[in-house]
Amino acid sequence: MYRAGESGKFLRRRLVGGASVALAATLAFLSVGILFLIVGHVIVNGVASLNADFFTKIPKPYGEAGGGIANAIMGTVIMTLLAAVIAIPFGVGTAIYIIEFGRGRFASAVRFAVELLAELPSIVVGVFIWALVVRNFGGYSGIAGSLALSVIMIPIIARSVEEILRLVPDSLREAALALGTPKWKVVIFIVIPTVLPSIFTGIMLAVARAAGETAPLLLTALGNSFFNFDLRKPMAAMPLQIYTYAVSPYDDWHNKAWASTLVLIAIVGILSGAVKFYTRRWKHESH
Amino acid sequence: MSLIRPLADLVRDRETTAPTDASPQKGLSIRSLNAYYGTHQALEDINIDIHPGVVTSIIGPSGCGKSTMIRCINRMHEVVKGATATGSVLVDGEDIYGPDANPTRIRRNIGMVFQKPNPFPTRSIYENVITGLRLNMPKKPKYEYDEVVEKSLRAVALWDEVKDKLSVSGVALSGGQQQRLCIARAIAIEPEVLLLDEPASALDPTATMKIEDLLFELKTRYTIVLVTHNMQQAARASEVTAFFLADERHVGHLIEYGPTRQIFMTPADSRTEDYISGRLG
Repeated sequence: MYRAGESGKFLRRRLVGGASVALAATLAFLSVGILFLIVGHVIVNGVASLNADFFTKIPKPYGEAGGGIANAIMGTVIMTLLAAVIAIPFGVGTAIYIIEFGRGRFASAVRFAVELLAELPSIVVGVFIWALVVRNFGGYSGIAGSLALSVIMIPIIARSVEEILRLVPDSLREAALALGTPKWKVVIFIVIPTVLPSIFTGIMLAVARAAGETAPLLLTALGNSFFNFDLRKPMAAMPLQIYTYAVSPYDDWHNKAWASTLVLIAIVGILSGAVKFYTRRWKHESH
Repeated sequence: MSLIRPLADLVRDRETTAPTDASPQKGLSIRSLNAYYGTHQALEDINIDIHPGVVTSIIGPSGCGKSTMIRCINRMHEVVKGATATGSVLVDGEDIYGPDANPTRIRRNIGMVFQKPNPFPTRSIYENVITGLRLNMPKKPKYEYDEVVEKSLRAVALWDEVKDKLSVSGVALSGGQQQRLCIARAIAIEPEVLLLDEPASALDPTATMKIEDLLFELKTRYTIVLVTHNMQQAARASEVTAFFLADERHVGHLIEYGPTRQIFMTPADSRTEDYISGRLG
């Protein structure tokens, strides 16, 4: 009786255990499957429209064959870089304040504000920059687009750097403080160098995210069918170009939308892959 | 049978190095020191004179406030969120808790070595030693840094082991070597007092012995305070011992203070005897 009960319980445990593993594995497989499905779909539909012109020419009006998205690639690169230049000091600075210097209520308030900012729908950021910059300072422009993207990036950078700084053991800070080092020097010369590779990874995550944003650019950079290096004028961007192509009724443009998507995914993927590769090597070298 | 006998046998016979105030180094006077973590009091009304030229050890069971005690001596206590202290610690007659006292400057004078070896992982052995000089002192020519590095590493008996790999990261060393590197880093800025917070508790017996031998050398140059939960270590390495104990409210008190020999052989307080003989803590 006793033995039978025991072995029955044991069997049930094994079944439940096995089922849990099977369920988790299936769900994991499905999640990864969705990713492969998306990427596969983009490749299948987009690869046919890729050619040298696609990377070097500007879009042609409907009806003319060929043309490319060179202006959109340029616009995305320029605006994302400028946005990063603006957002990095704010984001990193905010994280340093919260973790290293902030005490009490104000620091918690800042933290909460960063979290809210991170959860802000990106279209709201677009509307905000539109109302603040576009309406008051000469209309749609690359600058406005950069500002909108930087507002998207700041909380992402701040939160990831915050998490990274949290991982620095206090024993390191104490070692430096005990040498009579002022707090700000501890942060700059001890804490930051220790996690610099991770900080770069965090920044790249934010860059990748911003490079794919569409909504904030619709209301700020607007888009442009021509090459434009003047940040005071409307600027093209890859997500905007994808949007333009995708909502059009033409099959040729739909294909170009897929191709543009493929290029965007590739750029972001190569970028974050390269950063991961180099920062990992860097970490190994410094140890 | 009590354990007092075998422990007392460890006490080195060094009447010649008995506490003396004539030594050139600086002594410490701790007066009515109270330490808090938020609202919890960790230490109550501590009064001790720490003598130069000898190793003073602070012993006691976990949670008796011995680490808090030495962290109060270089104002590292307040680095912990919510931690505060009142009272005074006089170094050479100057109160480090005085209104004009600057914690950063004080810490340059009172070095500290921590329980877990904590070399800076991004810095080489060489750079670890001179971190204090680089960050907090006027820039010096390279040969002076070279001298400091060699002198400090020799002082901790690490020079011969690492002289060919000074550019290697400090965390590439073994635990015992790392801890000696941390001591070298602390003495490279020539403090007057050296505080060690259980410096050997994470080390194996061989490395521990090296650290203890080192203390023997260093005490001629620095006033040394050693916190340890290891009574044998206190008996072996120190001339003067302070015994701390927490009361039922978990507030730490100084129970007994005197020459190590006396604390281990003829303790005046029954609680000291209970702790040393293993009946307490």
